[in-house]
Amino acid sequence: MSQLFHHSLTEVRDLLRAGEVTAQEATASCLERIAATEPRLEALLHVSGEEALSQAEAMDKKGPDAARPLWGVPVIIKDVLATVGMPTTCGSRILENFVPVYDADCVTRLKDAGAIILGKANMDEFAMGSSTENSAFKVTKNPWDTSRVPGGSSGGSAASVAAGQCFASIGTDTGGSIRQPASFCGIVGLKPSYGRVSRRGLIAYGSSLDQAGPMTRTVADAAEILQVIAGHDPKDSTSVNAPVPDYLAAMGQGESLKGLRLGLPEQYWGEGLSAEVDAACRSAVELAASLGAEIVPVSLPHTEYAIATYYILAMAEASSNLARFDGVRYGRRSSQTQDLATMYTRSRSEGFGEEVMRRIMLGTYVLSAGYYDAYYRKAAQVRRLIRQDFLNALGQCDLICGPACPTTAFAIGENTSDPLQMYLTDIFTISLNLSGLPGLSLPVGLGKDTGMPVGLQLFAGNMEEAGLLSAAQTLETHLPKLPEPPLA
Amino acid sequence: MKISPEKALAIATLSRLEISPEQAAGLSVQMDDILGYMDKLNELDTSSIEPMYTPVEQPGFLREDEVRKDFERTEILRNAPETDGEYFIVPRIV
Repeated sequence: MSQLFHHSLTEVRDLLRAGEVTAQEATASCLERIAATEPRLEALLHVSGEEALSQAEAMDKKGPDAARPLWGVPVIIKDVLATVGMPTTCGSRILENFVPVYDADCVTRLKDAGAIILGKANMDEFAMGSSTENSAFKVTKNPWDTSRVPGGSSGGSAASVAAGQCFASIGTDTGGSIRQPASFCGIVGLKPSYGRVSRRGLIAYGSSLDQAGPMTRTVADAAEILQVIAGHDPKDSTSVNAPVPDYLAAMGQGESLKGLRLGLPEQYWGEGLSAEVDAACRSAVELAASLGAEIVPVSLPHTEYAIATYYILAMAEASSNLARFDGVRYGRRSSQTQDLATMYTRSRSEGFGEEVMRRIMLGTYVLSAGYYDAYYRKAAQVRRLIRQDFLNALGQCDLICGPACPTTAFAIGENTSDPLQMYLTDIFTISLNLSGLPGLSLPVGLGKDTGMPVGLQLFAGNMEEAGLLSAAQTLETHLPKLPEPPLA
Repeated sequence: MKISPEKALAIATLSRLEISPEQAAGLSVQMDDILGYMDKLNELDTSSIEPMYTPVEQPGFLREDEVRKDFERTEILRNAPETDGEYFIVPRIV
């Protein structure tokens, strides 16, 4: 059973349910895979191998439980989500020794569903970054080419899933941090609608933008995970109190895309897009058309303002959210603590990395007296225009479709000296977070120049994940399957 | 507005961060660059647009204000850098 990692989550779940594989075998398989790949990949910050095996042994003694849809399935959690008894560092020195006393709501739901939490995935510090190079602990490598980044900030999660270290991971997406690394690593990444999955226990970066979601090897796997983690949480005031549809019922239904209107925004298909990404994505759109989808031109006219809008809002929210890290109740405290103000300042300066400090300072600036209206309020107004663009476009089509990223995965170190250039790589993902709508990155092939994965992004209306997943799965069924990453 | 190294140092102080003069010089250039890019938003007339601060459309709700105990004191204190077993300890203020 050592090759179990080749299977998808739904395949392993079925084997577990039928008793053909034990929870211990599934867990051991992932741990073996971690041992074999982690020295080169560096995707994980913490592995709870013994605890996971012990939990699996206890589960096997009782036998498969049909009422628990993820019974015995090993998963990895991005290190920004709180996990009881397991370190939660946010990729930061300031939380190096932090062990939460409660689980994030989505972690509780996974455990209740029978999933085995294997460990925590590396990430850009406090989810600030697009390459996982901003982690205070290690730089995760892309399993398709270890000289390249896996994307960020859920780069550890994406690399871990792509390399078969687990059957699914939970990432978080503030400006594209699920979809961009999914695209770079050749997996499926779903950012649910804002409020669909509870944010309780998700250590906040940009509170009005952050959203947890599944990172998996297939669309059906993403539906399985979403079915478990979605739902209202009365302890999260941003959680939407609406029934959870049956996402699984939408799986395997579509042989064709007949009747689907697929909107192509002109702003996503022009300048700045690399030739290989353009070719792979256009080929997937042609496939969709051949399956019966009607291709509709649409426009998102405020796209060029999205990056400026996003970074103003995200940095402002970050400067406020990260004020809680003061060395008093948790986290690092500087040894130079002669007075309270010095203790705050030294603890924060020793604990935070360069990118986090830069964003806190920019956030402080845009919120400061005299600049609030010019930056923060202005950005919040443009945010409404960007959302209205999506609503207008979705009035003309069922799903919007464009590349997830302008390029395939870039080289480690390529963009680190120029933060603005790094921010510009998020151009195709950011608008969706501003709008609060769901989006999915689907691997559609390998770029002909770099041989690296290309992701096609599909956007849907608010809370319309079922239709999004259904269309994505139909497309996935007809696309050539990606080979295993060379790291395998 | 141009972000000078002195301005960067002042913003760091407001943010409860400490940066060296060399860091301030580098950060001032980067912040200037980034804020310059953000000035792009001034191309748009938004005078009649209501700001959108969150995508959540439902009204917030309040739970009953009742006393309850979710965690033990020892659990809450466990991650603190310094405690006396009952309270968080910080440098003397008065």
